[in-house]
Amino acid sequence: MNLLMSPANKQTEDLVNVQVDGHWIQVKRGTRMIEACKQASAEVPHYCYHPKLSSPGNCRMCLVEMGMPPRPAPGQEAELDNDGHAKISWMPRPVIACANTVTEGMGIRTQSTLAKECREGVMEFLLINHPLDCPICDQAGECTLQEYSVEHGKGESRFLENKVKKPKNVDIGPRIRLDDERCVLCSRCVRFTQEIVDDDVLGFVDRGSHNVLTIHPDKPLANNYSLNTVDICPVGALTSNDFRFKMRVWFMRETKSICNGCARGCNILISSRENKIYRQTPRENNEVNSSWMCDSGRLNYHLLESDARLTDPMMKKGKSHETVDWPQAIRSTAEGLLKYKGDEVAIIASARMTNEELYLVRVLADTLETKNVDTLKCHGEGDDYLNHKDRRPNTNGAKAILKLRSPGSRVNSIKKGIESGSIKALFVYGENIESKGFDDRVLSKLKFLVSSHILANPTAKLSDIVLPGASYAEKRGSMINATGRLQLLNKAIEPPGNSRDDWEILQDLNRAMDGKDFIYELADLFSEMASIVPVLKGLTLSGIGEKGASVIETGETIPLLEREAQRVNQGLIVG
Amino acid sequence: MEAPKYIKGKEPHKSEYRMIFRNVDRRGWDASIKSYIADGGYRDLKKALKMKPQEVTDEVKTSGLRGRGGAGFPTGVKWGFIPPNNKKPVYLICNADESEPGTFKDRYIVHQDPHQLIEGMLISCYAVGAKVAYIYIREEFPEGAKILEGAIEEARKKNLLGKKILGGKFNCEIYVHRGAGAYICGEETGLIESLEGKRPYPRIKPPYFPAALGLYMCPTIVNNVESLCHVKHIIAMGGREYAKIGTPRNTGTRILCVSGDVIRPGYFEVEVGKITMGELINDVCGGLRKGRKLKGVIPGGSSAKVLRAGEKYTIGTGESERTIGINEIPMDFDTLAACGSMAGSGGVIVMDDSRDMTWILNNINTFYAHESCGQCTPCREGSLWMKKITDRMVSGAGVPSDLKTLTSVGDNIAGRTICAFGEACAWPTQSFVAKFPEDFKKHTSRRNAGKELNPESKAAAAGLKR
Amino acid sequence: MPLLHLLQQEYGHINEESVNWVAEKLDIEPINVLELVTFYPGFRQTAPGKYHIRVCRTLSCAMAGCYETMEKFCEVAGIDRSNVSHHNPIAVSEDGKFSIEFAECLASCGTGPVCLIGDEFHESVKADNVAEIIGKYD
Repeated sequence: MNLLMSPANKQTEDLVNVQVDGHWIQVKRGTRMIEACKQASAEVPHYCYHPKLSSPGNCRMCLVEMGMPPRPAPGQEAELDNDGHAKISWMPRPVIACANTVTEGMGIRTQSTLAKECREGVMEFLLINHPLDCPICDQAGECTLQEYSVEHGKGESRFLENKVKKPKNVDIGPRIRLDDERCVLCSRCVRFTQEIVDDDVLGFVDRGSHNVLTIHPDKPLANNYSLNTVDICPVGALTSNDFRFKMRVWFMRETKSICNGCARGCNILISSRENKIYRQTPRENNEVNSSWMCDSGRLNYHLLESDARLTDPMMKKGKSHETVDWPQAIRSTAEGLLKYKGDEVAIIASARMTNEELYLVRVLADTLETKNVDTLKCHGEGDDYLNHKDRRPNTNGAKAILKLRSPGSRVNSIKKGIESGSIKALFVYGENIESKGFDDRVLSKLKFLVSSHILANPTAKLSDIVLPGASYAEKRGSMINATGRLQLLNKAIEPPGNSRDDWEILQDLNRAMDGKDFIYELADLFSEMASIVPVLKGLTLSGIGEKGASVIETGETIPLLEREAQRVNQGLIVG
Repeated sequence: MEAPKYIKGKEPHKSEYRMIFRNVDRRGWDASIKSYIADGGYRDLKKALKMKPQEVTDEVKTSGLRGRGGAGFPTGVKWGFIPPNNKKPVYLICNADESEPGTFKDRYIVHQDPHQLIEGMLISCYAVGAKVAYIYIREEFPEGAKILEGAIEEARKKNLLGKKILGGKFNCEIYVHRGAGAYICGEETGLIESLEGKRPYPRIKPPYFPAALGLYMCPTIVNNVESLCHVKHIIAMGGREYAKIGTPRNTGTRILCVSGDVIRPGYFEVEVGKITMGELINDVCGGLRKGRKLKGVIPGGSSAKVLRAGEKYTIGTGESERTIGINEIPMDFDTLAACGSMAGSGGVIVMDDSRDMTWILNNINTFYAHESCGQCTPCREGSLWMKKITDRMVSGAGVPSDLKTLTSVGDNIAGRTICAFGEACAWPTQSFVAKFPEDFKKHTSRRNAGKELNPESKAAAAGLKR
Repeated sequence: MPLLHLLQQEYGHINEESVNWVAEKLDIEPINVLELVTFYPGFRQTAPGKYHIRVCRTLSCAMAGCYETMEKFCEVAGIDRSNVSHHNPIAVSEDGKFSIEFAECLASCGTGPVCLIGDEFHESVKADNVAEIIGKYD
């Protein structure tokens, strides 16, 4: 009987039968053994393997027991087991699971004595020269050496020698600290800099047990993606200067959100504790940012801690601003804007606002019957990896919701309107418009200027009323990124002082101006918005999901993802 | 071709069969092409070029030639691993990195008979379809590199190398590439990485089998110096005739290098399997030093497991099963493997009863710890660990658990690494500790604590004080 | 590697300038050159003496007495090896004439102890022969 005709699942062109820990499963042809095990819920511990990087197979932690059905002698048939599969002949020598692909009839054992001995052996080897740094090491709590040591280690040491001494606390770049004694030489960081960001500055020097990761002194690790190496370092060898000694990871709460540094909309995790953000790390989204994010986006949360943070609503009394309470601020804003009709009012919103907030601005604009609505266009330098040249995260949202064909194109006419006197009131939300030429001379021509910001800036200084809003980490809402993907921000911390979430501020304004009802659930607001914004039709807030959903076909591609797809096609990475 | 005469005092032993080493220590011989051609050289290249490349490979297969570098893998089979529909350039690399402790044969071929190697390489290139070949020569043979480069130029002037060799369609370039002092460059994929200008970290196999994905990810054949020389003789006499030399499945001759505690250490080319360990040590090398008894032998370079004098080995199966002692082991691939060691590179190191095996193992461990490339966890950490343990034992600070630890560490390395260096560094420890426990126990006994039991231990003790 | 050999031949060792020069010439990163230079003991990063001695220390040579040979070399050439360590394997004589280090198996185990002085190979170098050999180098 031909093996292919066995009662067990037929081998089709695309799938092969593999036995993992006694259970037969079907996986796609060309799947790596380690991924096949994952699909069978058998996690194989590893250090050097990473789905987005090439597999050097050097840590040896993923050693498993492997078997193949022996080729039957000519004229003989394969011996079958109870499931109808060919009986597996187990190899005495273990193989690594990360770089080998499965073949038809292969058997893998991840829990056999041999596999366990291999892991225990590798763990012991990694620990004999590893420094006892856990109490001071930032990686504690998310360190695979710690985790695997508990699961797969010996539990006691029989190493009586002196440990190898290597450089500690090495400065290899402006944002990264290296500790060579902790390094397990998995080479993930070297591969990342070589393969993903084309900045080949890391390498191993010396030989054998004295192998040391280092840089050439003239070329530090300073590219804008350097902190990703800290993410992928399985131990505390590469650590972030920004996070050094700040907080233990198990004390922090992780909030899934979106970076607001540019229109890419990289998926992130905001780690915070007691209303303070300690770090941001990328979240994997293979439609947006793969497993990476840029350093500038990662560290931009520091803006929220600036001394210039606005914390109370303020109204101008004479030459200076006085703190007022919210009811007063809202009342005065509404009164001030309602004095002017239609196109005497202009609104400059921001593509940093969420869709829901932009929708509320649209409602406001309708109430005021003005067509002078725009957001600022802020372009900078993108790069060939993830950074988008559009420095605002929700330009596509602004386009869709405020019905702007070209955001930023009306700003000049608004300026001219103010200068000529036809525009008498200006409502600025979330932008310092001084950079677009709205200086003291222009803005003093206005009869009424009200703005909302999170940081004090020249526009706020010139405003009659200043409303302190919330930053991206302090609100929940949706945004549409440059490639047309609708994604969710979530609230990690509370806005400081008396500053408020923007969707509440805008709803209060709408109610004060038009008696509109306050919607208490963001989901309901989303649904109301979705009913009139074509690209959002039929969607719900809860339906967006952690990885977002594509709502606009922009035709834009993401260079880093394209290259990754190429490498997946070449079989170099898993993806 | 006249029968060669040899330099006084360096004549071959009567049990030798000088084929590869025919011209080593030969009187009136020099490394020039003039000498070589006058002696009938490059005739076999001409013969090979008249055959089809596949025919050359078939002759090598028929001959049963097994690699002389250490692994003993059938050369013809290795050549056959090149993918049949290959469109990429094929490379041949001559592994002249001779670094296995105890081995000293390729040195003489390179320095004294370079044209034999070049002819062998050209024939092999023709067989596998390689237009470019490299000789990776260890840095410590500076004269050798010069000699080879000179020989290549001599061959080129006679149209034996380069474009349109001997007026035919076969082109072949040979380049000499010098190493820089790393034993791991003797590992074929480590060599390839070194040639490519990277750190010589061996590649994982699968998928990087050199015959499929070698140098620059093209099919590459890596062969030892001696193996390539054998190719020339195989073409000269034909594969079947060659297979009559030596013993079945262990054909041809090989050069054994004997060092250690024998009266006359040196190199000896013998028919594989036609000489026993006892004959080699006692007849050919004059036996042990006066008043000394054999204690142990490493038969195939320091990576091979040690054999203890007095051990009995059961070899053969069924009717041909028999038990032999160390002196009766024929020096071939299969029997040595059956005795729990290996023929390896042919480096025989003899140790008499004046030697303390702990110190011997410590010396070997120091070598491997120094040469480990450091790529994979078990070998990187384990090789240095084993060295540190024996350092400690040798300087008088051993503890009883050291024996168990040594063996266990060795067990955790062998079979778990990327390349065979794992076995190479683990086998000595495993075998020495298993076979000479009393020597090791001496170093862990309280009675000897703090004592350095060998004068050579000073170096080890000094290393510990860092 | 061939470039590094040439540079070492010219200057006696590989210094920082050489590393940068090679990197620029080959259009690779300086770290890639450093990776090689530090891996191979054959590439020296510190200046050796006028004549550089390498004494084999592997098994057969050790059995033949290479440690005594090394001691004798140091004595005759006036070299102090007390600061030698893994990262600093070469010791240079006071007058800069000789430098010395241990090397691993030099593939001449039958005639041990052996050593290389510069590019010249010496066999059967027992402690008694050392003075004579050193005398040949001025």
